[in-house]
Amino acid sequence: MESIKTPILEFKNTCVSYTKQTMAVKYVSAAIERNTITAIMGPSGCGKSTLLRAANLMHNLYQNIHVNGEILLNGENILAMEPIDVRRRVGMVFQRPAPFPTMSIYNNVLSGFTLNGINLSKSEKDATVERCLKNVALWDEVKDVLNKKGTFLSGGQQQRLCIARALAMKPDILLMDEPTSALDPIATKHIEELLLELQKEVTILIVTHNMGQARRISSKSMFMYLGELVEYDYTENMFTNPKDERTKAYLTGKMG
Amino acid sequence: MKHLKIKKRLAQDKLMLWTVCLLATLTAVPLIAILGEVFFRGYDQLTWSFFTEPTPTAYKAMKAIEAGEPIPGGIANGIIGTMIMLGMAVVFAVPIGILCGAFLAENDKNRFAKTVSFLTDLLQGTPSVIIGIITYIWVVVPMKGYSAIAGSVALFIMMLPLIIRSTEETLKILPASLKEAGLALGGNKARVMMKVQLPAAFGGIFTGVLLAISRVIGETAPLMFTALGCSLIRFSIDKPISAVPLLIWEFFNDPNLQDLIWGASLFLLLFVLSLNILAKYFAKKWNQ
Repeated sequence: MESIKTPILEFKNTCVSYTKQTMAVKYVSAAIERNTITAIMGPSGCGKSTLLRAANLMHNLYQNIHVNGEILLNGENILAMEPIDVRRRVGMVFQRPAPFPTMSIYNNVLSGFTLNGINLSKSEKDATVERCLKNVALWDEVKDVLNKKGTFLSGGQQQRLCIARALAMKPDILLMDEPTSALDPIATKHIEELLLELQKEVTILIVTHNMGQARRISSKSMFMYLGELVEYDYTENMFTNPKDERTKAYLTGKMG
Repeated sequence: MKHLKIKKRLAQDKLMLWTVCLLATLTAVPLIAILGEVFFRGYDQLTWSFFTEPTPTAYKAMKAIEAGEPIPGGIANGIIGTMIMLGMAVVFAVPIGILCGAFLAENDKNRFAKTVSFLTDLLQGTPSVIIGIITYIWVVVPMKGYSAIAGSVALFIMMLPLIIRSTEETLKILPASLKEAGLALGGNKARVMMKVQLPAAFGGIFTGVLLAISRVIGETAPLMFTALGCSLIRFSIDKPISAVPLLIWEFFNDPNLQDLIWGASLFLLLFVLSLNILAKYFAKKWNQ
């Protein structure tokens, strides 16, 4: 795989440890290309979510977790930046849809602005809500119930609302932590189609447990095993011609 | 043989079930007995004037008893005093308690927070009579007199740990994803707390506040040292004031006023009961 000239995000010898003795992520180096979908695959406990959560400094919330090495966002090391600054530019969507339960659909979309103390005029608000909900193909379904609570929606709709909420802040990159694992196949299909559409606007780094999903939507894939980045290649290459035995064993179902 | 064994085990099971049911019924007996006793002794005193008129003087009550009439007057002075003191205590205890609870929920590994948490437990276990005497030293003595302010300070101190604990516990059981989602959008901790976590915890915190009120509304000892009591209807906060539990104690000590004990007790009991029912309702609604 040829090197990427101006990566949007780059891990350089990134290590994450929960305890002093063991590392959950070991010396991962990888560059993420702009406006692509990159998947991180691997069995449970391989460190894929841990690596993803390092990219928006989520680990800073927990004193016992340490992140070492470098993580460059547009060439700047985020480990030396203020978390609230980083997180505004790096959006995140979680495994379980987590719309804010006390906020309406409308306010959920705008919650990023509220939480950053940014005041918008009514027309700006309306425009943002419409644009973001249209972006996630939710506008037609909810335009008449914008004042209902976000939790009133179905699981798939809630997850799209969460994506809209993240997109409202116009992030450089969107991190997704198994965003469809709590959804049914039809909702999953909708989200996957949506992501393929969204990569024109935003770079997506997605953790997935589902090999099929990685193959369907990503252009590049990382395979992680026991904290190491075993292989990083174009998804099609990896699936048709894995270079490492472990990748091969995982993709053929001999190792889970 | 095998068949017999199963019969024996089923019989044991049944015996156990009946024992548990019997014990459960026994624990309910005192509660129902108290409710019944207070209700039958007090219900005929709950007239309109009982809620609108202040406590009669012992002389007036004596005259009424001699004439074979019901005692005039009621407990309006106590109800108003209780409301004023509770109101002041709530106004201060709720924001301070919620903020302190939020701090404890967010920093459970921090040494300072651990100390505060321990002190909160101590405060919750402090006998109310001691809180009364301390408030007497701290407030009544420097202010040179008993007052509603002093009474509300005592109630405030008693409510604080209850509100802190319920806030902390409610925030801790919120899914972590909620807080993480807020922070992932770039919000700082304070904003995420105010805009996301506290609103989501509202039901639990509100229930906690109601329970704290119902817990301190019947406190008598701390008010003896601070509010003292007063037979007039008063709205000023710098003078001695009455409270419903104080009145019950006064009625008990004055042979002429003893007929008012049960009405006052029933009122207090019903008030606490309805607060508890309200709290249960909110807790249930919030959990849905």
